[in-house]
Amino acid sequence: MNTPEQQSLYAPQEPIFPRRVSGFFRTFKWWIMAVTLGIYYLTPWIRWDRGPSLPDQAVLVDLAGRRFYFFWIEIWPHEFYFVAGLLIMAGLGLFLFTSALGRVWCGYTCPQTVWTDLFILVERWIEGDRNARVRLWNAKWDFRKCRLRLTKWVVWLLIAVATGGAWVFYFTDAPTLARDLISFTAHPIAYATIAVLTATTFLFGGFMREQVCIYMCPWPRIQGAMMDDDTLTVGYRDWRGEPRAKKRHENKGDCIDCMACVNVCPMGIDIRDGQQMECITCALCIDACDDVMDRIGKPRGLIDYLALSDEPLERAGQDPKPIWKHILRPRTMLYTFLWSLIGIGLVFALFVRAEIDLTVEAVRNPTFITLSDGSVRNTYTMRLRNKHGEPRDFRLSLSSDALLRIELEGTGRNIITVPPDSSTMQRVYVTARPQDPASSMANTDLRFWVEDTENGERAHRDATFNGRAN
Amino acid sequence: MSEQEIDETTGVDTTGHTWDGIKELNNPLPRWWLWCFYLTIIWGVGYTVAYPAWPMLTGATSGLLGYSTRAEVAQDIDRFETQNAALKTALAEVELASLSDNPDLQRFAVANGAAVFRTNCSQCHGSGAAGSVGYPNLLDDDWLWGGEIDQIAHTVRHGIRNETDNDAHWSQMPAYGDILEDEEIAGTVEYVLSLSGGDHDATLAQTGAVIFEEQCSACHGENGMGDPEQGAPNLTDAIWLYGGDRETLLETITNARFGVMPAWGSRLSAADVNAVAAYVHGLGGGE
Repeated sequence: MNTPEQQSLYAPQEPIFPRRVSGFFRTFKWWIMAVTLGIYYLTPWIRWDRGPSLPDQAVLVDLAGRRFYFFWIEIWPHEFYFVAGLLIMAGLGLFLFTSALGRVWCGYTCPQTVWTDLFILVERWIEGDRNARVRLWNAKWDFRKCRLRLTKWVVWLLIAVATGGAWVFYFTDAPTLARDLISFTAHPIAYATIAVLTATTFLFGGFMREQVCIYMCPWPRIQGAMMDDDTLTVGYRDWRGEPRAKKRHENKGDCIDCMACVNVCPMGIDIRDGQQMECITCALCIDACDDVMDRIGKPRGLIDYLALSDEPLERAGQDPKPIWKHILRPRTMLYTFLWSLIGIGLVFALFVRAEIDLTVEAVRNPTFITLSDGSVRNTYTMRLRNKHGEPRDFRLSLSSDALLRIELEGTGRNIITVPPDSSTMQRVYVTARPQDPASSMANTDLRFWVEDTENGERAHRDATFNGRAN
Repeated sequence: MSEQEIDETTGVDTTGHTWDGIKELNNPLPRWWLWCFYLTIIWGVGYTVAYPAWPMLTGATSGLLGYSTRAEVAQDIDRFETQNAALKTALAEVELASLSDNPDLQRFAVANGAAVFRTNCSQCHGSGAAGSVGYPNLLDDDWLWGGEIDQIAHTVRHGIRNETDNDAHWSQMPAYGDILEDEEIAGTVEYVLSLSGGDHDATLAQTGAVIFEEQCSACHGENGMGDPEQGAPNLTDAIWLYGGDRETLLETITNARFGVMPAWGSRLSAADVNAVAAYVHGLGGGE
């Protein structure tokens, strides 16, 4: 009877003890873990010489100085579209991989998966493999259990501190911050950030694990919409495996119900139940099953990367479609096309990015003024940016069909010096004498030119001159 | 009371609730989720105790941490005041004529002056400093009382034709309606029009020239070029404070003008006066 008294609205977390497994996918995942963790921990320590007045950290998000440094690329706030473009590429890339290969992001590279994998590795080193861990779980809290648990938590905590600690190095000079952190003179925000990330890493990697994927992450729901019958994803060939039999039997399927696939699963599910939301497609069950198939002398691939559209073919004893046919579909090609389009666009934008960066804003309060000799003057505010590590001199000039005179506020020269890695604002006056038509006409076009006095590089901006008829 | 029922597809039991044949699966939420919910309640209560939250009759509870956004702004302002204290002192004492030798101080003065101008001056001179009829345009190169930075500072500090400051600029044009005949005034108008090259009646202007010589040249100069010492406008240029057309000139000569500016030296700090002088001087007309 499903009476309210019998039903619980809340379920306790079922403990999961993934067994050790070895095989192609496991090895592949170790490599991915080493590479991704390596990138994460080491990147802030790479140095990159940019000259005396700029930071020498290869990857640096300088929030206070409003700069983003990535090796030879320096991004200013007004170029944030590069970041937006990268995020769009990341999104499209995820669409592409999910529609082609299922949840490979979840299974291989998601930080939650990578760190959980690392935490499970530590757990296995300290407490033993699955059976030992199950025994320890059920054991009383004696000295041995306390010692093992405490050791495990301490190691987890150290990893968590290192994780949170590495994060803050991306935002300021890493060696300086490291010294400050150790001597307890770093900014409280640095310690707070490390504390929060340490807590989340410790909790999510050590205790929450699959709960994060199942209950906290929105991706499992969204990714379901990106897969179709041609998506290659981890699955069970039930037409080959069923009916299951403990002992090898002529009329039974290949599955011997050894539970290897279930025991290695970090999500605690049975892949033989079919595709399910909990499955992060880490492919460890493939390794586990292949190992068993080898030992009982059956062909590998009872659990394998499969496409749903192959099922009828395989049931009928035919060969499945080749992998490339599953992957090369209009859908994946469209994603690839869009992804490359934005990627090429960004690279193009990066390389045609003007070395001289200037903006010209016409002062339109008032639109123009009359000088005592009857000349008409317009004022413009010009901003020049110098992205170099040395000060730069820019020569300012003007071209127009009309005879217009240019003057810079506060100086008789036409040279603007911009300090290194900063921008300078300059008021610029343009005057038309009373006898020039520009002074009486409504509008006259003009073009401002700036030239780097050192390398002769030029850039221009168009503007409009307002006359008396305005 | 419904029977227990296991859904065939999912193997999950149902809650027993049915709507038009649609049954609800019983997939219970993890218990830690419930604890998180309780935590948020505790957090919420704690937050309202620690921070200003509950509306009372005369205000809101101030919270145990004593946090206030106003206090934070005041703190920020204090911080910047402290940071800029040295610059402020330097600005109050600086020789304005040599301000451009100190670019840092000048930048600070102009930025500070822009804020002072928007708050105190823009009501009459306009937010763009272009002035309007009767209120001089500060962007052009025509200055009634002089356009050097020291002269601008003096004008700002003491004002014009106000009774409150003994050092205020003072000059007064007589209302010639009481002194001259109508024809004489009409002739003077034509002569003044001729000074700046406007359309005028040459014969009337000839009589006007004599009147101008007698009555006006003492302040406006023999050739009408004006005199910044007396705040007498230059009548030969293209700039008119009240208007350079025939009717306006007639009105000006007949009834005179009496533009007033307050003395800001008693309202603004020495540093602010210097700052606004630097700002106005840098608007394009400074001499």
